[in-house]
Amino acid sequence: MSEIKDDLRYTEDHEWVKIDDDDASVAWIGVTDYAQSQLGDVVMVEVPSVGDEVSASDAFGTVESPKSVSDLFSPVTGEVVAVNDALEDNPELVNESPYADGWIVQIRMSDPSELDGLMDAEAYAAHVEKAEED
Amino acid sequence: MSPVRTPLYDVHTRLGARIVDFAGFEMPVQYAGILAEHQRVRERVGLFDVSHMGEVRVRGPEALDVVNRLVTNDLHRIRDGRAMYTCMCAEDGTIVDDMIVYRLSAEEVFICVNASNRATDFAHMQAYAEGDATLEDEGDAWSQIAVQGPAAPELLGRVFGPELAALKPFRIREAPFEGATVYYATTGYTGEKGAEIYVPNAQAVALWEALEREGEDLGVGAIGLGARDTLRLEMGYCLYGNDIDRTTTPLEAGLGWVTKLDKPAFVGKDAIARQRDAGVPRRLVGLEVSGKGIPRHGYPVLHEGQAVGAVTSGTRSPTTGRDVALAYVPSALAEVGTELAVDIRGKAKAARVVSVPFYARL
Repeated sequence: MSEIKDDLRYTEDHEWVKIDDDDASVAWIGVTDYAQSQLGDVVMVEVPSVGDEVSASDAFGTVESPKSVSDLFSPVTGEVVAVNDALEDNPELVNESPYADGWIVQIRMSDPSELDGLMDAEAYAAHVEKAEED
Repeated sequence: MSPVRTPLYDVHTRLGARIVDFAGFEMPVQYAGILAEHQRVRERVGLFDVSHMGEVRVRGPEALDVVNRLVTNDLHRIRDGRAMYTCMCAEDGTIVDDMIVYRLSAEEVFICVNASNRATDFAHMQAYAEGDATLEDEGDAWSQIAVQGPAAPELLGRVFGPELAALKPFRIREAPFEGATVYYATTGYTGEKGAEIYVPNAQAVALWEALEREGEDLGVGAIGLGARDTLRLEMGYCLYGNDIDRTTTPLEAGLGWVTKLDKPAFVGKDAIARQRDAGVPRRLVGLEVSGKGIPRHGYPVLHEGQAVGAVTSGTRSPTTGRDVALAYVPSALAEVGTELAVDIRGKAKAARVVSVPFYARL
């Protein structure tokens, strides 16, 4: 059973969102434990550049395994304020620590109310369970 | 039709495999993970369930020539008990399949074909076989376990004895196992030492478990189709359906070395000879991306900004960390060192033609 954090919000595409502890307009984004286990070994992560504008549900990057390329979809609209440079040389951080060291981008949200449309932990757990049945 | 399970299916689920449908078979794509499995084969020893592959037996007074007329390579160049890699072509010279042909004797040839082509290969063989020999599709009778890695000979010796463990590459022998007879063949798809063992279905699990047991202290582990693909790609070996198919000839695919145009008629010979005489227009080459960017099947290959070819297989090489690919390019651009680029999802990444295998074996 994959790990799901209670204090995060989740998307249908298996990304997680965490509000920054110090700046409530900044959202940290990564992929969930379920996502990394489905992907297999992450060998490359393509991230946007700091300063890029993204809209909710835009594809803003990719996560690659030896066999596949998966798009990352932005859960929120806003400006990219940080990307995880460590993933350049250590993409396996996404597998090893998907909720912490494997974070992918930070976005300054232009519309924090978009978070209301995301799933909480309970809803995401149900979503994963259904995905595993299919 | 629902996918079929090999006799080793329960072993795979016991080992926590992720199962996928491959060529109509439920096969393990990975267990611990592709990178770990790849490394295990390069550094220790891995076991592969390749029971989904097909087998055809050609038997009769003219077995050798019947097969020689179907394939591009020449069975008269090898002795009994030897194996040979070859293509089998259609009349237009394009590749129907690539396969390993085992010359058991002058009257008996055993052929291993790709899982995805079992039905088309047998139908093709039946349609084009000429001469006094019978063809039997034995795909359903055989399971197959590949044992590959630097520690493979040691492991194989423990199960099959020192003589077979010391067998040189591209040989095949019968061997006893638990009251049955297996074919022990020193062939493989990884570039490492080892064997592929054709075992009757009833003994498949016992053989796997014997290898697991005997190999524990050698670091043996199960290897899925995902790592099988990265291993063969590092070696530059073709995968039917990706690098070779009914649009490619052996000369284009760099398989001229298994195409003996000096032997008598074989299916596709005339078309291939015509292409040789006219000039082969494109070649399958190895590419290495200069920076980072993983080429994938279908990505365009660029020369001076123009699309000139396409990637057929690509990955990040687990052994070297380099991003590599096999791709078709015009023959004029096929020389090692040629500077090209790969269009990776809209971005042109510089790449160079390199020789294969993609890494030097120390």
